[in-house]
Amino acid sequence: MIINHPLLGPRDSAEFTYMGDARLINRPDWQADDAVAQFTDYGYLRDNPAGAHRELWFHEGGDRSWLVVTRDTTTHEITNVELARDVARAEGRSK
Amino acid sequence: MFRSFLPILSIQRGTVSVHDLKPITALGGTDPRVDTVGSVTLTENPGLALASVAARMGREAACKDHLKSVIGAVPGPGECQLNDPEAGFWMSPDMWMVGAPFDTHEDLASQLKKRFGDTASVTEQTDGWCCFDLRGAGMENVMERLCPINMRAMQTGQAQRTSIDHLGCFVLRRDPADWVRILGPRSSAASLHHALLTAMQSVA
Amino acid sequence: MTQSNRLDGGLIDRSETWSFRFDGKWMKGHKGDTLASALLANDVRLMGRSFKYHRPRGPLTAGSEEPNAIVELREGARKEPNTRATTAELFDGLRANSQNRWPSLAFDAMAINDRLSQFFAAGFYYKTFMWPAAFWEKVYEPIIRKAAGLGTLSHKPDPDTYDKGFLHCDVLIIGSGPAGLAAALTAGRSGAQVIIADEDFLLGGRLNAESFALGDDPAHVWAAQTVAELQTMPNVRVMPRTTIIGAFDHGIYGAVERVSDHLATPEDGKPRQILWRIYSKRAILAAGATERPIAFEMNDRPGIMLASAMRSYANRWAVTPSHQVAVFTNNDDGHRTAADLLAKGVTVAAVVDTRSDAPKTSDYETIAGATVTNTQGRLGLTAVEVTLASGTTRTLAVGGLGVSGGWNPNVHMTCHQRGRPTWNADIAAFVPGGALPTGLSVAGAANGDLSTHGALMGGMHTAQSVLNDIGLASDALTLPPAEDAPVNVTPFWHVAGAKRAWLDQQNDVTAKDVVLAHKENFTSVEHLKRYTTLGMATDQGKTSNMAGLAIMAEVAGKQIPDVGTTMFRPPYTPTAIGAFAGRSRDKDFRPVRKTPSHVYAEEQGAVFVEVGMWLRAQWFPQPGETHWRESVDREVAQTRKSVGICDVTTLGKIDVQGADAAEFLNKIYCNPFAKVPVGKVRYGLMLREDGIAMDDGTAARMAEDHFVVTTTTANAVGVYRHMEFVRQCLFPDMDVQLISTTEAWAQFSVAGPNARKLLQKVVDPEHDISNEGFPYMACGDITVGGGLRARLFRISFSGELAYEIAVPTRYGDALVRKMMAAGEEFGATMYGTEALGVMRIEKGHAAGNELNGTTTALNLGMARMVSKKKDSIGSTLSERAGLNQDDALKLVGFKPVDSKNPVPAGSHLMTKGDPVDAAHDQGYVTSACYSPELGHHIGIGYLKAGDTRLGETVRLVSPLTGVDHDVQVVSAHFVDPEGDRVRA
Repeated sequence: MIINHPLLGPRDSAEFTYMGDARLINRPDWQADDAVAQFTDYGYLRDNPAGAHRELWFHEGGDRSWLVVTRDTTTHEITNVELARDVARAEGRSK
Repeated sequence: MFRSFLPILSIQRGTVSVHDLKPITALGGTDPRVDTVGSVTLTENPGLALASVAARMGREAACKDHLKSVIGAVPGPGECQLNDPEAGFWMSPDMWMVGAPFDTHEDLASQLKKRFGDTASVTEQTDGWCCFDLRGAGMENVMERLCPINMRAMQTGQAQRTSIDHLGCFVLRRDPADWVRILGPRSSAASLHHALLTAMQSVA
Repeated sequence: MTQSNRLDGGLIDRSETWSFRFDGKWMKGHKGDTLASALLANDVRLMGRSFKYHRPRGPLTAGSEEPNAIVELREGARKEPNTRATTAELFDGLRANSQNRWPSLAFDAMAINDRLSQFFAAGFYYKTFMWPAAFWEKVYEPIIRKAAGLGTLSHKPDPDTYDKGFLHCDVLIIGSGPAGLAAALTAGRSGAQVIIADEDFLLGGRLNAESFALGDDPAHVWAAQTVAELQTMPNVRVMPRTTIIGAFDHGIYGAVERVSDHLATPEDGKPRQILWRIYSKRAILAAGATERPIAFEMNDRPGIMLASAMRSYANRWAVTPSHQVAVFTNNDDGHRTAADLLAKGVTVAAVVDTRSDAPKTSDYETIAGATVTNTQGRLGLTAVEVTLASGTTRTLAVGGLGVSGGWNPNVHMTCHQRGRPTWNADIAAFVPGGALPTGLSVAGAANGDLSTHGALMGGMHTAQSVLNDIGLASDALTLPPAEDAPVNVTPFWHVAGAKRAWLDQQNDVTAKDVVLAHKENFTSVEHLKRYTTLGMATDQGKTSNMAGLAIMAEVAGKQIPDVGTTMFRPPYTPTAIGAFAGRSRDKDFRPVRKTPSHVYAEEQGAVFVEVGMWLRAQWFPQPGETHWRESVDREVAQTRKSVGICDVTTLGKIDVQGADAAEFLNKIYCNPFAKVPVGKVRYGLMLREDGIAMDDGTAARMAEDHFVVTTTTANAVGVYRHMEFVRQCLFPDMDVQLISTTEAWAQFSVAGPNARKLLQKVVDPEHDISNEGFPYMACGDITVGGGLRARLFRISFSGELAYEIAVPTRYGDALVRKMMAAGEEFGATMYGTEALGVMRIEKGHAAGNELNGTTTALNLGMARMVSKKKDSIGSTLSERAGLNQDDALKLVGFKPVDSKNPVPAGSHLMTKGDPVDAAHDQGYVTSACYSPELGHHIGIGYLKAGDTRLGETVRLVSPLTGVDHDVQVVSAHFVDPEGDRVRA
């Protein structure tokens, strides 16, 4: 596959390491009353869509950016690639 | 291997250490290795001091100002500033590698740290890497057996990280354009050298 | 027998006459021949035996779709079984052998299978060798494998090498027939970066196999001129002998270039083949079409071949299978073969045409409305029996029969992802359909344009269209006038009533087998394929699938498109495993990482061990030591008695800087780091988010905003990746920057009571490294040898007074020599990974065996380290009840009750008196060694509630290895449990 890196342009997916669901960015609050339940959900429960899937790829053989790649799991069509750091900030993560 | 050091790299000439420890090259020898196959020559290059410069959060602009004054430019993604030596290339968002002649700038990291202050994190990288210069007509034919870089489209002044023989390497296209500099993990210098030499023999 | 079947003309080079050997017999051929064409020239039609029935077979085709003429090429280590004689390029001295026959091709004892064929129908193996199950592996399979026809391996290492490579282009053109050449010319002239690849060694496709003209010149002349023009264009890469084997995601194609297969041996340093990965913006499939046979009784005798193949042999290679031939066809194309053979001086007995309105000519006899209903000739065709429309039969004495059942577009590459061909009734064939691979267009015969004119125009127009897609302007070509005959075909798949009409000749599947499969309810096309093995041979059914589908449709009372079609998958043609391996074999299987002291260790005679990619010194044998234990015991004893040095560069080192560096480590490690003073090191335990221990190491605070973190050797890459994830994805606004410095510093452990004394001779005197000035867990920048920058860490893995000292890697060799010289007065020893392991087990330090991906901080005895006052990765889920049971495994030590006994790692622990079974399992030993300090074996491992069972005697068992004895549960800290030595 070819992943169109937002900074570096099209790169072979062989340069990347795959991690899975981009939902892993949304790490729960450790001080929540139901923190263990939230973390269990976070750690173990994943959607497995046949279709568009937002997933994390690490450009290990490149610039070491984590990317959020939106990929159709049935066709491998990639419709969006973002820097995970930008996504995380947009989703309210900070320090 | 290097032309005389140009003043563009405006950091101070460092102190030359007088210790009694004798260095060896990445390939384990006392002298750098040179191999010529056909029209292409592969030269081990131990003459490079390297340090990474990563902008501190919120200090990116100041860091870039320093970088520009030190190497003459702020290389963007995929770019390399080719003073002599290459002086600097983009590694990651807000992170660059800066290079200088080892003989005069062995303490490059501490020099840069003084210059950048708290605008950047500076880390000595000199011996994290082995350096090979691959030069000559047909260099592209060698490279296309080694890595997925589109070497025929790559221009002088561009830098890419890629994988050569499973090893993460930086490839810098230099001037003249029949010359690439390859920085690979130093501990695997022998494997990288073997891969490069094998490809040279394959296409010769 | 000197090329008695060689005709005039052809595209061979008669000035080069080469000798080759087939089954021990030397023959002559010419440059430009394939093995098959050279054999036919020498009147050899019999080239192999079939897979199951060992029937005599000759070439069916003249190309890579060949099911029959499968041979062994070369000898010795270069022997290559199962290659197609129809694509094997002749070279002087080529040696080939037929396979799947014993004792000889003409007399094959296993041909008895053919007589017994009624027992070997579809599903025979499944039905017959069902029982007893245990017989399958030991009895049935070996016998079947021996009888079933595959070539034999040399059992020697492949002496050749294979390269990999990467190419980039705007347009990749697959195939160099009229469509491919027109497309390449259009794209090449537009200035686009073009690659045109063809599996053949002579570009031109069927233009080289036909007798008609393009404009004023023979077709092959136009092809050669066009190729010559393409070769002058710097933006066009012309790749003959290159098979595109697969279409992958996003415009990536795999290609195998046969660099040296046409030579006796590769040139020095050159690979045999190259596996290319081609990155294309657009690709044009111009793979042409494959003629399909008609199935009839005994249609597999040597001499019976596709009519187009017969034409190729005559026009391109100037050979004929026989001087008397006939043609059996259901379409106009078969008549071309008759005309071309006739023009070459071959006698054409008749053209048998299934159509009652077959075209007539005065040149040869046409038998309209007739079929071939039987053939004769044990080892080669001697006659065919024709049944006329009237029902009477006629016999034609011929040695060659060309069969034409129409043409199938080569749609294979269009199916490599999600494409599904669609039925085109006009040409009675499947054409590309469904979702094609991204960026792929199809042109020419592969797209169903079966005339030469149609192919040329299709190639040009497709090229213009894809160039336009990528923003390149192109000019239309002035193409020569070419034949534009309409496809005139009446579908005709098999002659009814045949008992043995072969569909898949490579896997010996008959029309009857398909009918039988249907009767037995294998009605899905995918089931049919697997039950009968139709299309499952190395040719992937290129000449057989279509007839199988047609017969299936017939017996099911369906239309062909309703039956569906099976999928084609990469590789397009069989590909050597060596090409996939490339250079990654033997000692080059993967790169090696060498430590800074590698040269020195080699000089010392070290025995090395692979640790991941690293080569580390395992021990350093001294003169007189004959067993590794002697060396290791000495290294341990000498280190504990005086001082030892070990290269520990392999530990991962990550530079962590930034205003939030400490806060970042607070997230990464479960224990607190915010208050580590500058100049101090702290041990850190890293958890995964699920609460399981991930890695451990140390973090040295070099400055307020600067830590040097170490990881275990094995986890260095994964920990770095994890830290970047935490930095970028979880805490994106932290001011922290990371970079690996593993390779940049040569780091040595200097351990033992004399470690300080040794180092004081090396470290420059202005640095105070006394116990007061540089206490346990101190760290700092120092200089050595008169001014070389270095780092010193007072940390200990061995349990002794110990330091780790680091210098820039290029000086590591000098430093170790300097330290060993300085240590000579103390009897300093180098120690390797074995001694390192022994000392850490004696000390009870966890390593990879204990951090094995299932264990928690609690199991490791470090539960109290997990801070509840802060958020860190894994801290929340480490609190889960299931991980915190009262009887949770705890890390403890074990010593044998009978001190002579070992404590093998991997052995399990049982409570005394309990049965030995999984239900009563109490834990297991993770690491074990002989302790020179204690004089007996010891082990550490996990025991249920182990921390409450110190002193208990438990049973150590390993039913597999026969271990069964008692061990006593003790503290894991066998040596210096109070930690006095490290602080000395």
